[in-house]
Amino acid sequence: MAQKLKFEEKTIVPNSFYHITIMMLYSFLEYVRSRRFFILLLITIAIGMLLTGVVAYYRPQSFLVSEQSFYANWWGETVTFIIILSAVFFGGDAISGEFQNKTGYFLVGNPIRRSSIYLGKFLAAFCGALIMLLVFTAMTIGNGLYYFGGVTNLFWESLSFSVLYLATAIGMTFFFSSIFKTNSTAIVVTIILMLFVFSLMQSLVANLAHYEPWFIVTYGAQIINNVLMNPYPPSTQTTAAPLPHGQSITVTSYNATVPEGLIIMIGYFIVSLVTGLILFEHKEFN
Amino acid sequence: MTLPSLEAINLTKKYGSFTALSKLNLKLEGSKCVGFLGPNGAGKTTTLKIFTDMIRPTGGMALINGIDVNKEKKKALKSVGVLIETPEIYGSLSAREALSMIAEIKGISRASVRKSVEDVSELVKMKGLLNQKIKKMSKGMKQRINIAAAILGNPEIVILDEPTSGLDPRGMSEVRDIIKDLKKENRLIFMSSHLLSEVSEICDDVAMINHGKLLAYGPIEKIVEKFSKVGAVEVEVNLFRPVTGDTIDRLRNIKGVRSVKKVDSKTVLLQVIGGLKGQEEVLSRLVRIKLGIVGFKQSSSALEETYLSMFKETV
Ligand SMILES: Nc1ncnc2c1ncn2[C@@H]1O[C@H](COP(=O)(O)OP(=O)(O)OP(=O)(O)O)[C@@H](O)[C@H]1O
Ligand SMILES: [Mg+2]
Repeated sequence: MAQKLKFEEKTIVPNSFYHITIMMLYSFLEYVRSRRFFILLLITIAIGMLLTGVVAYYRPQSFLVSEQSFYANWWGETVTFIIILSAVFFGGDAISGEFQNKTGYFLVGNPIRRSSIYLGKFLAAFCGALIMLLVFTAMTIGNGLYYFGGVTNLFWESLSFSVLYLATAIGMTFFFSSIFKTNSTAIVVTIILMLFVFSLMQSLVANLAHYEPWFIVTYGAQIINNVLMNPYPPSTQTTAAPLPHGQSITVTSYNATVPEGLIIMIGYFIVSLVTGLILFEHKEFN
Repeated sequence: MTLPSLEAINLTKKYGSFTALSKLNLKLEGSKCVGFLGPNGAGKTTTLKIFTDMIRPTGGMALINGIDVNKEKKKALKSVGVLIETPEIYGSLSAREALSMIAEIKGISRASVRKSVEDVSELVKMKGLLNQKIKKMSKGMKQRINIAAAILGNPEIVILDEPTSGLDPRGMSEVRDIIKDLKKENRLIFMSSHLLSEVSEICDDVAMINHGKLLAYGPIEKIVEKFSKVGAVEVEVNLFRPVTGDTIDRLRNIKGVRSVKKVDSKTVLLQVIGGLKGQEEVLSRLVRIKLGIVGFKQSSSALEETYLSMFKETV
């Protein structure tokens, strides 16, 4: 005969804020111990080392002409790539996995709101990805200090926009992850959308339709790079490119101002988080 | 003190045009164990999932202690332990971490999380493996952790979907003992199972379901009497003297005994009517006529026979 149940404990279900913290802590543990986390960390460090090596060996003019242009060349494009990669790594299957891997069965039947699970996991993914961002930041600043002995204030601005973009990107991967029930679909679709489709749409809208692509998140995220430009690129710029036979084609390029960029990113963040939450609330475990 | 209760009111679940659960009405109340029986695809898991917020009903309500689980989930599941199918757990966590997570979610006080986790893992014989990573555990070991998670926090209601599936024979028997232990306090247990001997051993009542409809609900002996082919409960009687023709005649004359069958030289099988009360009367008469009775036990295959006659085909 099994021994008598001796736990006489009475429970008081915690509030949702506390639930979110619990979910965040344990999901974070799961994240940082995963192989994925180390792969991503290696990729981030490799990118940083590659840049360090290239700059040290070739001493490219564009990097070394001024402190600001150093940060502009080093940071802008690369950090968006790292952000999207970490968002996909941490968020791509965060929700779909609860269904496909059946880990949700362990959690959902407990007295906890589904939204607390979602938000806790979101915060954990954000913290995990933030580590990548900070590692790359450290490598950036290290080089900046070495060559120029300082960090331009514009870099801190750009970094804070990057943190916002990170939250937005993870919000979006969570959203896609709650649409699909299989991890591979969720991850593949998210990668294709975040890395290719958005920027493709952006250039199609701008160049062919001559319309400001204010509704595309990657357009807003350009402020990460633009804020480091000297001068800040103008909102619209039409240039005529000459074609043979005396004809010419006009190309319009658009640039979001800092407030516009912030609004676009915050908009995407809120909409994706809220719709993702609603999807998860209604999704069935079967 | 109010009794723990689970109540389905017109509970319906449709998948497209397929109806998995059709206007199920069932009220379980009080401290007892209710077995949930039915063939594959009958709608057992569907019902239990609705009660635990895993799926939403198409119609009707699922009430736990009178609270609609689809409206006030946290409140409804406040004191419910749940194990549906075979959940997986985050693989990089140790068993201790996984159980602590559930303990904290359920609201076990910080100070006693550690002790509660150790107590429940001792019950499922996993205390020695608490620090092992989940991903390194076998299916049965994980299921033990799942059971431990369900009974963490001493829940008033326990909902189990085939809890012994995936366990080795010793594991099954240990889990049965745990469930029997759980029964000892003021607790309602609702458990689906295909193991009829398990259900007749542990449960007081059974609910029978097929094609999403409730066929019967009540105490096991009532259901057996009403639905088995023979319309009576079979009782095995052991005597210390050899069974003679005279013994059989005398047994046949007892009120409440429908028929007598000799099994071997010292054992007979009686068909008894009148439920538990009938059994009690038959037993006291048996004792009075001094046939040398040493054993009187409801046949363990009674539920199985009832089940087989109720569900003629599977799926
Ligand atoms: N997601 C789904 N889509 C369509 N039909 C489903 C879905 N989930 C379950 N069903 C159907 O609902 C019915 C009830 O399934 P359920 O899992 O409740 O059966 P069960 O009684 O638990 O069976 P088992 O004994 O095999 O576990 C089955 O016919 C099943 O095919
Ligand atoms: Mg089932």
